[in-house]
Amino acid sequence: MNRRTLSRAALPFALVLSLALSACGGDDPAAPGDSTGSSEEALSGDIEIDGSSTVGPLTDAISEEYSAVQPDVTVNLGISGTGGGFERFCAGETDISNASRPIKDEEATLCEEAGVEFTEVRVGTDALSMVVNPATDYVTCLTTEELVSLWGPDGATTWDQVNPDFPSDPVEIFAPGVDSGTYDFFNETILAPSDIEEPRQDYNASEDDNVIAQGIEGTPGAWGYFGFAYFQEAGAALTAVEYDAGEGCVAPSVETAQDGSYGLTRPLFIYLKNESLSRPEVADYATFYLDTVQDVIESVGYIAEPEDALAESQAAVADAVEAAK
Amino acid sequence: MVSTSTPTRERVDQSFRAPVGDTIRERFTQFVLLIATCVALVVLVTLLVDIVRDGASGLSLNFLTQYTSRIAANSGIRAGLTGTLSLMFLVALLTFPLGVGAALYLEEFAPRNLWTRLLETNINNLAGVPSIVYGLLGLSVFVYVLGFGRSLITGALTLTLLVLPVVIVASREAFRAVPREIRDGGLALGATPLQVAVRQTLPAAVPSILTGMILSLSRAIGETAPILVAGAVFSRRADNAPWHLSESYTAIPIQIFDFVKRPQEEFQIGVASAAIIVLMALLLVMNSAAIIIRNRYARNR
Repeated sequence: MNRRTLSRAALPFALVLSLALSACGGDDPAAPGDSTGSSEEALSGDIEIDGSSTVGPLTDAISEEYSAVQPDVTVNLGISGTGGGFERFCAGETDISNASRPIKDEEATLCEEAGVEFTEVRVGTDALSMVVNPATDYVTCLTTEELVSLWGPDGATTWDQVNPDFPSDPVEIFAPGVDSGTYDFFNETILAPSDIEEPRQDYNASEDDNVIAQGIEGTPGAWGYFGFAYFQEAGAALTAVEYDAGEGCVAPSVETAQDGSYGLTRPLFIYLKNESLSRPEVADYATFYLDTVQDVIESVGYIAEPEDALAESQAAVADAVEAAK
Repeated sequence: MVSTSTPTRERVDQSFRAPVGDTIRERFTQFVLLIATCVALVVLVTLLVDIVRDGASGLSLNFLTQYTSRIAANSGIRAGLTGTLSLMFLVALLTFPLGVGAALYLEEFAPRNLWTRLLETNINNLAGVPSIVYGLLGLSVFVYVLGFGRSLITGALTLTLLVLPVVIVASREAFRAVPREIRDGGLALGATPLQVAVRQTLPAAVPSILTGMILSLSRAIGETAPILVAGAVFSRRADNAPWHLSESYTAIPIQIFDFVKRPQEEFQIGVASAAIIVLMALLLVMNSAAIIIRNRYARNR
């Protein structure tokens, strides 16, 4: 039985193999759509992108559009976070880095030491949005000062410590964890002006914005914040809180973010590695990114740049592409 | 293994029946055991019903043949499916010779000494190491030290390390279950120990080995943490094939993770559940294959 048994034993493997083959051989990728791309010729190659999980969905949406125009260019998108993305970017591992904040000086130094030259391109805006549980509807607007007493170290445990007009309901906080760019940004905007470095530690931290939304939804007295995309999807289960940066209460919206009146907006960037722009597919993708970003950005929940700001970004990409040739 | 003992067992079964317990203590214990079984079953059924209800409507051929999209209705898991199948194939290819080889050595040839016992204990312990640790190992060794980058082969090697201890342990059990007489018979006829191991013991143990391998493979394809750490990408719109070793890759669990994290509810519930159904269908196919192989060989003996 020895020989026969062994060859029989190989059967399931042949099966798995043929399954894998037939699946991988696959049919042709979707036919190219209307060619709005900047390049007429068919390009191919891999583009490596990593970085912010906030910018990730935007870049993914652009890649989806791009794959209809240039099906042979594969965009590999990771989401290691803004900091993790820059680490890989400055090690020369990626062509483009997504970022929800400008590059830090020490990160730029790393890039410089490794000989990675880059171009910073602003692609859109995110509005951090604060929400409360509907049972906490007396909180309609918070000033920077109130936020410091709420979010700062030794923060308020009942709402009347934030503002004497509020009832003495207990405070529960659901917010992004320390690895998040959202957390960094909120601390910098709210706490840094009062020379406070660290926020309170006794809150429910999560890297998943859906978990934050669910936590606030299920807890009376809960307050928290997350990106605009999640705020838009949250609907009636959560109550929006306006922010008063000193010039009156402003609600987060596309308009208030664009005209700058809402104080909790943050820029979204892509960083292009100049050397990679000498590859036609990377240059074409970067150009395509800015030609398409206005059409898709609202569908992924972020706020478009004003036209003149976008034109500046487009010019920056064009210059960088020209310089790389 | 089963073959030699089957006739005697049947005879015993006919002549001897265990008495049915009817003291209160017996009945109560049986009742508690039944409840324990039901709890596990209820959880499983609830999970299945919930996922099928949420995800069945999103399942279609398009879901398998399209790449992900920002629009839930157009979203598919083609990249993840080809990635998972390629990983499975490579992990099987790597695990079989390594796992079976190690088991064969330990069971048939290794001298019984302190060193071997140390080795055995270590392998048993490795089987219990959390999977993310293997991810970190893969990241530092395969991505950076060996310079494979965040490629398909890195993912496959990482998952191979993850399942190897389990496959070794299962294969050793399989070799141990081969009756002593088969080996003695071979040796008595003048075969060398190597000939006995390769031509007698190994074929007799293959069904159990395959069962163990397929079950560990199905564990491997469900893993998210190790390959996420070892560099699977979140999104790509290209197919993976097992022979494109240096390409980036993604896998179904990674795509499920992506869908669940998105802000839109259609993704969190509908699309994610549909992807879970595909993954579970794959697991079911593999587990059935394991059962079929086992039964087939048990019958043919």
